[in-house]
Amino acid sequence: MANLIVTDQLVAQRDVFGNTLVELIDRDPRTYVLDGDLANSTKADIVSKERPDHFLEMGIAEQNMMGVAAGMASCGLIPWLSSFAVFLVNRDLDQLRVVVAQPNLNVKIGAGYTGLLTGKTGKTHQEVSDIAIMRAMPNLTVLAPADGVETRQAMLAANEWEGPVYLRLTRDPHPTIFDADHDFRIGAAYIVREGTDVTIMSTGVQTVRALRAADLLAADGISAHVLHVPSIKPIDVAAIVAAGQKTGRVVATEDHTIIGGLGGAVAEILAENAPTPMARVGIGDTYGESAPNEELLEKYGLTPAHVAASARRLLQSGPGVAHI
Amino acid sequence: MSTDGRVSPARLQELRRTAIQVRRHVVESVHHAGAGHLGGPMSATEILTALYFEVMDIDPAMPSDPDRDRFILSKGHCSIGLYAVLAQRGYFPEEELKTFDAINSRLQGHPDMAVLPGLDMSTGSLGQGLSPGIGMALAARLQGKSYHTWVVVGDGDSQEGQIWEAAFVAGRYGLDNLTCILDWNGLQQYGWSTEAGYGNDNRLPPQENPADRWQAFGWHTEEIDGHDLEQIITACGQARVASGAPTLIIARTVKGKGISYMEGDYSWHSRPVTDEDLRLARQELSAQEETL
Repeated sequence: MANLIVTDQLVAQRDVFGNTLVELIDRDPRTYVLDGDLANSTKADIVSKERPDHFLEMGIAEQNMMGVAAGMASCGLIPWLSSFAVFLVNRDLDQLRVVVAQPNLNVKIGAGYTGLLTGKTGKTHQEVSDIAIMRAMPNLTVLAPADGVETRQAMLAANEWEGPVYLRLTRDPHPTIFDADHDFRIGAAYIVREGTDVTIMSTGVQTVRALRAADLLAADGISAHVLHVPSIKPIDVAAIVAAGQKTGRVVATEDHTIIGGLGGAVAEILAENAPTPMARVGIGDTYGESAPNEELLEKYGLTPAHVAASARRLLQSGPGVAHI
Repeated sequence: MSTDGRVSPARLQELRRTAIQVRRHVVESVHHAGAGHLGGPMSATEILTALYFEVMDIDPAMPSDPDRDRFILSKGHCSIGLYAVLAQRGYFPEEELKTFDAINSRLQGHPDMAVLPGLDMSTGSLGQGLSPGIGMALAARLQGKSYHTWVVVGDGDSQEGQIWEAAFVAGRYGLDNLTCILDWNGLQQYGWSTEAGYGNDNRLPPQENPADRWQAFGWHTEEIDGHDLEQIITACGQARVASGAPTLIIARTVKGKGISYMEGDYSWHSRPVTDEDLRLARQELSAQEETL
């Protein structure tokens, strides 16, 4: 495919989230939104204003909210939960396990504010372990779209998917990668840049920084292949193995700890199917803090320069050095 | 089905006989399985019998009917009581009760809606049953359906904080198509000992003054004898009437009710039933049948 160009058109996934919820309600009136008293942050408030009959305030009570969604789903409705990921993942994890994942009920979890970039709220509000936790839960589908275009498409796909879905979103505006021709499918990974020397695999908005890392490497004469993996579970094993075999070196990067996230999933797949020297670039075994986005990315090692440096080390010395 | 809460003396006798048979199934199933919960299923026997044989608008031949009443057993560890009632009501063969807790059985230790038709929600992790009941009651309202949702919670079960999140939200939405029945049997698995020391009769009740607590969250409350089928049916009939608020029926019960050596003894929360235990239980239940 042609190399994708990161445009300067900045779009916040949360704005797309709110607007697409309205679109989903119009497409399928079984769709309802349950809010954990954060609608004006997650932008689910767009639904409360434009489709108030499909908006249910659940207050600051996430355990109950998850259970209410299970009951609604059992009666044929499609409830979307809206809150910060830290609460939807941790505060009601047992409810998700017992009344949603185990009975495989059709609940959609709109997890806003994942990763480090949460508007200077600090470690209590930064969800850096959700990919690891959610992908370990049987029956759950886990999606992490890269930009506004893909967020909308992932939400359309999730609403038609029978079963629980966890949707990982980021708060702040990010550049747009995909145009309207993008064809998001649950279970598929996408080559967003062709290369031959090393593959960078990334998920969510970190793919923007992976593409910029590829630009930095190109300046050094290194040809980086970039595979975007928005579907964490089910995951595109064939695409990951093919990319690993093509370049023989893999860097996995994500706005998440390096434990059990995309890097963990990729390592499991490559180790079993095509052992490949690899490195993981993400947050170490630590929590974040409150600070401006660029300073957080720099301190916790998520910038394009960090990704590029890891790729260079991997090419020079074989297996990379983990951040633990 | 009794929608107005009235029931004839002859029907009451029939239901009492059914309740005794439920208890017999519970003891025999737990004996056969080697171990299981007994105290809770026994305290909830009349509640479950009244709901499935008289109160709820259900049809065992159509367990997925979108217009059926919904039921959730929040105290999911009392599953064998629910299974015994479902089997007698015709949801599945009574013979299947012998598979309780066995490999590949639809009768899991805790209710699993993914494998057994007729179960409206999976439960087992305590405190979680009322919230899906809110979801079902809201779904009825949103879809313009007239079915009622019934949830049985335990007094130990409702030590969990989620019950109180749910109580608040149900009150806030004024869900009068939702009724919660508290199986107030006064014991939990272990609980707090009294100053008198450890012993079967020296445990503090899991909670006190439920009426005050639930009323504070905007619920109607009604206190009844939870082993009196007529009182249960009457209270449920009243709860079904739209009133602008959800109803809590506080059912005073005895843990282990119906088997003398289990009654009021927390150690019968869950344990194996020996051959001798089974013989005595059968003897007592048969005697109860004869005095009806």
